[in-house]
Amino acid sequence: MTAGPALDSPAALARALATTGYLADTGLATAGYLALKLGRPLFLEGEAGVGKTAFAQALAAATGSTFVRLQCYEGLDAAQALYDWDFPRQILHLRAAEAAAAATGNRPDAETLEAGLYDRRFLIARPLLQALEQSPCVLLVDEIDRADDEFEAFLLEVLADAAITVPELGRIAAATPPLAVLTSNRTREVHDALKRRCLYHWVEHPDFDREVAILRSRLPEVTDRLAAQVATAARTLRGLELIKPPGVAESIDWAGALAALGARDLDPDAAAATLGAVLKYREDVERVRTTGLDALLATAS
Amino acid sequence: MSGDRSKIVGARADVVAAIVGFARTLRHAGVAATPDRVVTMLTAVEALGGSTAAVYWAGRQSLCAEPDDLPVYDAAFRAYFGGERPFRGHGLPVTPVLPSVAAPFTGGPPPPAGEDSDEVPEILALSASPVEVLRQRDFALLTAGERDEVRRLVALLGPGTAPRRTRRRKPVRGAGEVDPRRTVRRLLRHAGEPSRLERRRRRDKPRRLVLLLDVSGSMTPYADALLRFAHAAVRRRPTLTEVFTVGTRLTRVTRPLRHRDADAALAAASAAIPDWHGGTRLADSLGAFVDRWGRRGTARGAIVVVCSDGWERGTPDALATQLDRLSRLAYRIVWVNPHRGKRGYAPLAGGMAAVLPYLDDFVAGHSLSALEELVTVLGRS
Repeated sequence: MTAGPALDSPAALARALATTGYLADTGLATAGYLALKLGRPLFLEGEAGVGKTAFAQALAAATGSTFVRLQCYEGLDAAQALYDWDFPRQILHLRAAEAAAAATGNRPDAETLEAGLYDRRFLIARPLLQALEQSPCVLLVDEIDRADDEFEAFLLEVLADAAITVPELGRIAAATPPLAVLTSNRTREVHDALKRRCLYHWVEHPDFDREVAILRSRLPEVTDRLAAQVATAARTLRGLELIKPPGVAESIDWAGALAALGARDLDPDAAAATLGAVLKYREDVERVRTTGLDALLATAS
Repeated sequence: MSGDRSKIVGARADVVAAIVGFARTLRHAGVAATPDRVVTMLTAVEALGGSTAAVYWAGRQSLCAEPDDLPVYDAAFRAYFGGERPFRGHGLPVTPVLPSVAAPFTGGPPPPAGEDSDEVPEILALSASPVEVLRQRDFALLTAGERDEVRRLVALLGPGTAPRRTRRRKPVRGAGEVDPRRTVRRLLRHAGEPSRLERRRRRDKPRRLVLLLDVSGSMTPYADALLRFAHAAVRRRPTLTEVFTVGTRLTRVTRPLRHRDADAALAAASAAIPDWHGGTRLADSLGAFVDRWGRRGTARGAIVVVCSDGWERGTPDALATQLDRLSRLAYRIVWVNPHRGKRGYAPLAGGMAAVLPYLDDFVAGHSLSALEELVTVLGRS
């Protein structure tokens, strides 16, 4: 961790994150600080669109580390998460050695041939190996609940040792263990053994002032007035029991869409034209239209 | 914060004592604050300093493991460090409970005295039939002795779901798609000479099972047996089964039901359910399930079992809307209605009639044999 001022308190980390454009609240800043200080993985949960992924990116920028992302899905295995041998190039190497041997008449030395075959340059690093090799590094394991439980056990092992063993090459260890950020959408319960190693934080929707500040910092072209109106309307929408309540990501999109249309105010016409940026289900759009956009905006102005 | 304990934080040994005491309070309240998590909290407090806010965040991030823990944690923290009255929550069973013992049901009164020894075969025949009678009997009509026996038999059911093909592959011999990775590996091992083709096939895994149990007043006679059935299902596949109760609100009871002993698990589950024998707001509860769990993935590709009589305070339309949403996520929806086992029952009541088009199976579940039928239905792919 090199760049910037010393991150010696949660407040200092929050300031460093703010310079990268991510405004974290006390809880999240404390979680990030503890993860750095204790060297523990951070397990983040929360509604979709509250900024879990963005937090990991901001953390990498704030600490001057590389950012590596591993998106989980069902059937994810070691060859896709860890490393893979580049078989075509290995075979090419073998054939070239053979051809050279035939031309010169020298018998190839078995040992050199083998060492050449399993050289580091034939190893393709997948996200977990990249994270170990490029330290310091923030490793984002996104949506861990989508992977199956076999993968969890395997991830636990890599995180605990901060090293992996490639049978043909030997042990590859990280100079500094990567700072791991795991996110989950709770589609299934993640195994307790993995959670026990992690610090746990539930990411909340930001409060009104913070949301306005986020909109202003992300979209400098949006006026204070428009940002405040969008934040208020987003809060109202979150209270409507919609199928998909808008997260911060959606309110940023919405404010961006309004600004792109040149709107200086959130009036019913502008809102109707840009509703698709904030509501992603037909049922939700219909519901808001029938309750009336005016009602939504009445609280906003 | 005005309590005595908040002043202690700051001195090393006292910090440890205060935090260990706090963790104990939290465990009693139902949060699994294990010793290794407590150690994490101590290091976290050390890293942050001893202010109350620091202790709050350090504890919350090291001792909690899921969103359900957070309100319990907040209340316990206020009580312990804020000097309020001692906090008592609904705890999980932490002390080991001896497995319950249910004597086998021999059935019927003892044979009348003075029988001849050559009538023994008839007595044997007599003792077999009561079990058969018991299998067919409605749960609502059981005597206390019969109930114990039925509980024992329900615990023996192991409801499992039919398998689905996963995206994970396993090596096989014989038929299957070619596995390039292992084939080339083999080739390299043989100095670049092509040898046998290695093959792989997609692996099977049981589908996720989601049980939604109605615990409202009208389902009271069946709630115990259905919860025990759910316990048997959770015990069979702990990571692939989710159990919720619906009534006036949605409650997740998977965690308490993981306890090995059925009686302890049911006691813990009952303590977690706030709306036992209350009214029914089925549409709202199902909607809450779809919003908070189903859409995120819990119901996707799963077999969803709804156990309810379909008596609903809201409108049938609202219930149908939720079932429609659920049916678009779930692989199959099975509805268990105890009244279905009664002679002359037809699903005409508003709620039931409205949901019928969305169901893949409609079974009774009012007796042991009906639950056995449910097990068969779940195992069918």
